[in-house]
Amino acid sequence: MAVNDTLEGTHKIIQEAREQQQNSGLVPTLNDFSQELTTLNLGPTHPATHGIFQNILQMDGERIISGVPTIGYIHRAFEKIAERRPFYQITPLTDRMNYCSSPINNMGWHMTVEKLLGVTVPKRAQYMRVIAMELARITDHLICNSILGVDTGAFTGFLYVFQEREKVYEIYEEICGARLTTNMGRVGGMERDFSDVAIQKLRDWLKTFPAVMKEFESMFNRNRIFMDRVVNVGPITAEKALNYGFTGPNLRAAGVDYDVRAMNPYSSYEDFDFEIPVGTKGDTYDRFMVRNEEIWQSLRIINQALENLPEGPFHADAPHYYLPPKQAVYKNMEALIYHFKIIMGEIEAPVGEVYHSVEGGNGELGFYLISDGGRTPYRLHFRRPCFIYYQAYPEMVVGSSLSDAIVTLSSMNVIAGELDA
Amino acid sequence: MAENTQESAAESQEAAAPLDPQAVKNAQLLALLQRLFGADTFMDVEEPYGLLTVTTTRERIHEIIAGLQQDQELQLNFLTTMCGIHYPENEGKELGMIYHVHSLVNNLRLRIKIFFPIADPVVPTLTDLYATANWMEREAYDFYGIIFTGHPNLIRILNVEDMDYHPMRKEYALEDGTREDKTDLFFGR
Repeated sequence: MAVNDTLEGTHKIIQEAREQQQNSGLVPTLNDFSQELTTLNLGPTHPATHGIFQNILQMDGERIISGVPTIGYIHRAFEKIAERRPFYQITPLTDRMNYCSSPINNMGWHMTVEKLLGVTVPKRAQYMRVIAMELARITDHLICNSILGVDTGAFTGFLYVFQEREKVYEIYEEICGARLTTNMGRVGGMERDFSDVAIQKLRDWLKTFPAVMKEFESMFNRNRIFMDRVVNVGPITAEKALNYGFTGPNLRAAGVDYDVRAMNPYSSYEDFDFEIPVGTKGDTYDRFMVRNEEIWQSLRIINQALENLPEGPFHADAPHYYLPPKQAVYKNMEALIYHFKIIMGEIEAPVGEVYHSVEGGNGELGFYLISDGGRTPYRLHFRRPCFIYYQAYPEMVVGSSLSDAIVTLSSMNVIAGELDA
Repeated sequence: MAENTQESAAESQEAAAPLDPQAVKNAQLLALLQRLFGADTFMDVEEPYGLLTVTTTRERIHEIIAGLQQDQELQLNFLTTMCGIHYPENEGKELGMIYHVHSLVNNLRLRIKIFFPIADPVVPTLTDLYATANWMEREAYDFYGIIFTGHPNLIRILNVEDMDYHPMRKEYALEDGTREDKTDLFFGR
């Protein structure tokens, strides 16, 4: 049968894992009733996994003995596709990696290209980017934390903050016209200036959101039921986390204050005053708290950026790379030529290789771009934080119960699009 | 080669010392690396966009990464990422692996490259040093067919199991080869 054929590979994994355990004498015999372990396929599409990943778990009753994560269900070959695309056309690919915070992916990509091309972005555009990126971080963390609430049985918090995400998406819509797959940046700056409506919406939201956030926090932070479910669940030590290549909130929850924004500031992050929250134990509760605190820090950054938003152009004077305004294309011959050249991907990049990383929703999102002087990247490698730390998942859940595994997965904020790319 | 690199490092230190702190950092880092692992270990020393890039051999890569991990002065003990690459026109050095290591304490980054023939794509694994290397190596195996000796579970990770080729090699055109209305003339390469 076709289905069995495709499953053969995974069954082999189980078989090997089982043999390994038997050899190491790890098979417990608690369940004397049958002496047999249950193999549970958690996923590929399980409502509690929030995405398409499969975990082949071996269970002794309710306890997890071992786990094998298999991924690749939404692998879309972005790195290969990018080898055929001019730089602008790669932006939509980055959108679709971490779709909870696509502006960060976009900006990270544009900054990588700017680094390669040597384009300097004006201050105003940098501040605008910071605002967009921090908004994205807030929505990313909101979704993660509120879904964690849902996984522990508290649906209300999710409803509270999902409205706020909606409002942020309205701000995106006002900035660029899109909501989920934003394309608001360009190589050299932003696609358009913030409109008055966008600024007004942003200000309104900044006034109302803290109250909602406080309510959300007071609902969960010291909630007995919630704490029973998440404290000491799925812990990881700082050494292990570093060894597994954790970055972002997951690493900071373990107590390491590594943040790309502070360590290698990009896009004027050095101008802003913010703190890096850290946890101590690296368990699910710490991850939840770190994300909550980061939302407050992001709000601080947005407020500072909005108050000190410099006047000036919102994009660099780089006609070779920055699309001219549409009205100019109709009237101005040079604008038409540049428009054509950029759209047709005829702009050749300099030879070189560049690595640029930004602090994505889940950690260090890196773009490694090798250009051989052609119109497209010779090689483009995404350092996707989810891909790197998800392999620690089995180690974090072994020994715990299935419900703990769900909560752990939820708090790690593994985004399937970023996992597979 | 080694003398050249030393000279260029010293030169860049002299030329850019008052201006570019990154160049000074890189020169110091390179000097330390050469002291630790020998001056003839590193070829093709470059600093593209401020990031020190060195090339070494696959025989020494494991030793170097392990040494960097343990060195108390550099503390280059965070493996940021690694990826494969394919240069079909480089005779005898078609395939490559590129490692990015990072010191979270000193905020130093270093890029290490190795190249080896496509007929013999065998590289030592780093899974004994970094747990994170596991999936990255599986990805490189999946995409480029690079075989990591000592890897505990070297199977495909993102593509289906029954694939019999390595899709990121430059051997495969992206467009459908049977189509005539689209040519390679105007897009990409």
